[in-house]
Amino acid sequence: MDAPQTGEFAHIGKSVVIKGELSGSEDLYVDGNVEGSIELRNHSLTVGPNGNVKASVSAKAVVVQGKLDGAVIASERVDLRKSAIVNGDVTTQRIAIEEGAFLKGKVDIQKEAGKATGIAS
Amino acid sequence: MSSVSDNVMRFFRNSSNQAASPAVPQKHTRRSSGMGEISRLLNSQEALCILDMGATSANNIKFFTNKGHKNYSEDLLRSSLDPALRIKDDAGNSVMDSKKFLDENLVFSNAQFDVVLCWNLPDYMEESLVKPTIDRLWSVMKPGGLLLAFFHTRDAGPDSICYRYHVTDSDMLEMQEVKFAPPGRPSSEKQSPRLQRVFNNRHIENLFRDFASIKFFLARDAIREVLVVR
Repeated sequence: MDAPQTGEFAHIGKSVVIKGELSGSEDLYVDGNVEGSIELRNHSLTVGPNGNVKASVSAKAVVVQGKLDGAVIASERVDLRKSAIVNGDVTTQRIAIEEGAFLKGKVDIQKEAGKATGIAS
Repeated sequence: MSSVSDNVMRFFRNSSNQAASPAVPQKHTRRSSGMGEISRLLNSQEALCILDMGATSANNIKFFTNKGHKNYSEDLLRSSLDPALRIKDDAGNSVMDSKKFLDENLVFSNAQFDVVLCWNLPDYMEESLVKPTIDRLWSVMKPGGLLLAFFHTRDAGPDSICYRYHVTDSDMLEMQEVKFAPPGRPSSEKQSPRLQRVFNNRHIENLFRDFASIKFFLARDAIREVLVVR
């Protein structure tokens, strides 16, 4: 996923540093530093290529291009791009991992009611 | 380690750094007797805990979680290349700090894993990290747990390609060349890790001497598969 156009996402730029609890009801693109926790419930989080997130994350979908340290809970899907570095346990229904992505942690695939698990490379 | 082994290692380390690397990463398949035995365990029991120490593989996560098992990924070869681990030993030689390495990696509770997939890690990991890593694996595996590792034979040669392994069927693996950029270098400078040494059978038995049993499977592609029971 490329950097989104302004207006489509809440955007945290690469010079921004945030420490604390971050929650919202819109999609979020993080290309800066976030430390603490991120909760987006029915929206998506994208960690951009310059993003460095040290936080527990709860969202509908999580796309990682940069670095993410912390447990990830995504109710729908997790997408680890080739430059992703993820240290933490991942709980989701579907996960896609590009070649070159680094994941250190447990992957817990939770089956969607009535559907098979979805994992793609 | 014996002088014979030291000579083999010196031979490899003095070899040319010009590894033959194809422009396009190639994929090959191989039938794995060791993986076949592990699959029999996976098919006969539920909710096993599996540690995959190869490069992160969506295939493997899918294969294990679809059978109802828990999958842990930890790409130990890539972690072992961290330049922050490099220190001088008492003799002034540059080595990797195994204590720091194990403070940061393989941090699990004791007797947690039923299956550990080492793949070809011991052959490519720096020497000072190999035995401490195997010892840590012993402590995080359940008694009776299975460990699968691949070791090159002498016929492999120092420029043997380092592969990542994707489980595609119960005893079938897809092999894909692994390339890393050296620490601090751009991804355009990716290169395949170099074979560090060749273990003979006695060295392998010594490496796993604390384990309950060890079984060798010989193959035609200069690889010995080793299935170890904790």
